Amino acid sequence: MEVQRYVWEGAIPLQIHLHESEVTTLPSPPPALFLAPRIGYLPLLIPLIKPHFAATLPPGIDTVWFDYKGLPLKWYIPTGVLFDLLCAEPERPWNLTVHFRGYPNNLLIPCEGEDSVKWNFINSLKEADYIISGNCKNVMHMSQPDQVELWNSVMNGNLEAYLRASSKLKFGIIEDEYTMKMDLRSQKSRKTTGEADMGGQMKTGKIPVRLYIWSVSEDFEDLEDMPKIDSWDKISYINRPIEIYREEGRCFTLHDALKTLIPEFLTDKSLIDEESFRVEGEDEQLVLSEEVSSNKMAAEGREISCQSVESSCTSGAAEIKLVRIQGIEPKLEIPFSWVVNNLKNPEHFLHICVCLKFAQVNSYDR
Amino acid sequence: MDVSCWDGTLSLNEFSRAARTFAEKWKIGNSAFPPWLWVNVPKRPFVASQQVDGFLSLENICLIRPSKVCGAEVSHLEEEETGFSEKEVAIDDATLVLSNHHEMHYYDFHIVYSASYRVPVLYFRGYYSDGCPLQLNEIEKDLPACSAKVLLESKWTFITQEEHPYLNRPWYKLHPCGTSEWMKLLFLGEAALAEKRVAIELYLVSWFSVVGQVIGLRIPIEMMNDRTN
Repeated sequence: MEVQRYVWEGAIPLQIHLHESEVTTLPSPPPALFLAPRIGYLPLLIPLIKPHFAATLPPGIDTVWFDYKGLPLKWYIPTGVLFDLLCAEPERPWNLTVHFRGYPNNLLIPCEGEDSVKWNFINSLKEADYIISGNCKNVMHMSQPDQVELWNSVMNGNLEAYLRASSKLKFGIIEDEYTMKMDLRSQKSRKTTGEADMGGQMKTGKIPVRLYIWSVSEDFEDLEDMPKIDSWDKISYINRPIEIYREEGRCFTLHDALKTLIPEFLTDKSLIDEESFRVEGEDEQLVLSEEVSSNKMAAEGREISCQSVESSCTSGAAEIKLVRIQGIEPKLEIPFSWVVNNLKNPEHFLHICVCLKFAQVNSYDR
Repeated sequence: MDVSCWDGTLSLNEFSRAARTFAEKWKIGNSAFPPWLWVNVPKRPFVASQQVDGFLSLENICLIRPSKVCGAEVSHLEEEETGFSEKEVAIDDATLVLSNHHEMHYYDFHIVYSASYRVPVLYFRGYYSDGCPLQLNEIEKDLPACSAKVLLESKWTFITQEEHPYLNRPWYKLHPCGTSEWMKLLFLGEAALAEKRVAIELYLVSWFSVVGQVIGLRIPIEMMNDRTN
């Protein structure tokens, strides 16, 4: 899977600064530069980061955490998602502050290094398993060595090893309507009634999705001018599966998918935009070229007519300003099944960052 | 709905109905305790509005170290019963405040619906009277003795520390992955005695009869016996 490879090779350049309160030497150490895998997690970088700052740290036990402009970062959110969410205008490199002391226990769940990240990953995988197949048996019955292999493949960003290890999970991939219909057309002349024409793809109705929404009250010319997110309370996090509804002659698009979770919005601007897949320059190895995507879409567009999205909803109080998945801003008419199969994270969740603009100012205090 | 083809889960709307029933029966049958309150999820105007989003909350409950054991003898209890002096000696050097009296532990419990597992999940946190949070090893001491064992072995009562789905703070939760299975068994057992249908509004009552025991909040018999709506 070409696209999956690009996603796995995608990385965010980080510039890590040690928090000034923890600098005990002069001159203060220079920031450390790293490429953080999109599908990885910040705590996994700690063994690489620590040597840069070890000499200057005050004595004591390390409890490592990161912040971006003062906002403590939730370590269990994949790095790429944090970046897509918190940097409206992608910052290159992304400047983060690392702390080795003063873990904000009242805000962040504790992290004991790789083990915490691994168990969080496995639990998310179990949750995805439950959503897709109705129970956690696929994951629970995975042998210890297979689980280790799966986790290591994620840590090392090794897609081949991951595909090998996760094939034992028997999740299958979402029935991709385009591929299926193209197969059927070519098979029309031959009678293959006995064969499952899904070609090994499983029919699943429920997709594990994690939606991160932030809202603005006005239009911004430049993404840079958007108010920064200084508290997690400003982000609505929706962890709810999306159910795919299949209608005859019509594909279930990304727009349809979002609508099931956030139904009250007007026309979405990205339909009017000319750009298709926009490449974010900072993802050095994520080269999802426009030719690749538009050729694919054009070819499949001939086969199936994809009904264009309705232009407006009734009571729309909000407007979609931005939808980001793996650093990409996809067109909303793209079939949701394609988005899921290609852009999901290794724990089988699709993480979507959305910016909504409201007609009036909404403030919600907790 | 026939019990035999039920999968042990419930929808969000069924959850809010069951929550209402649970809270009502609790008030009637458990008047010594404060009532469970329904809390609406903080306003998110753009979320699918047909969903009634909220959770049940019971807060500031003092769980005094249980004097009764729920069953067999457990050897480590004997150590705990030697009294306060041992407790004081064991206090961490880093603690600046030494209390002369038995430290009270307070707990907040939230019953939250999980859209992924389609079951209720118990979230809880413990703290001292000054609001300082309790660590898991301290919480474990407040739990019924058999829970400590079961917790280690059984996956469906596994406690994890996770972020509260709505409050952006770390809470503990009882992992829900086996819930639908044992709920189905529970209802099957009850159906053998009474009707074949699933009285979904009683879901939380049954659910809590199991989960409550894990954390030491016992459900009175009166709540369980009353099968009428």
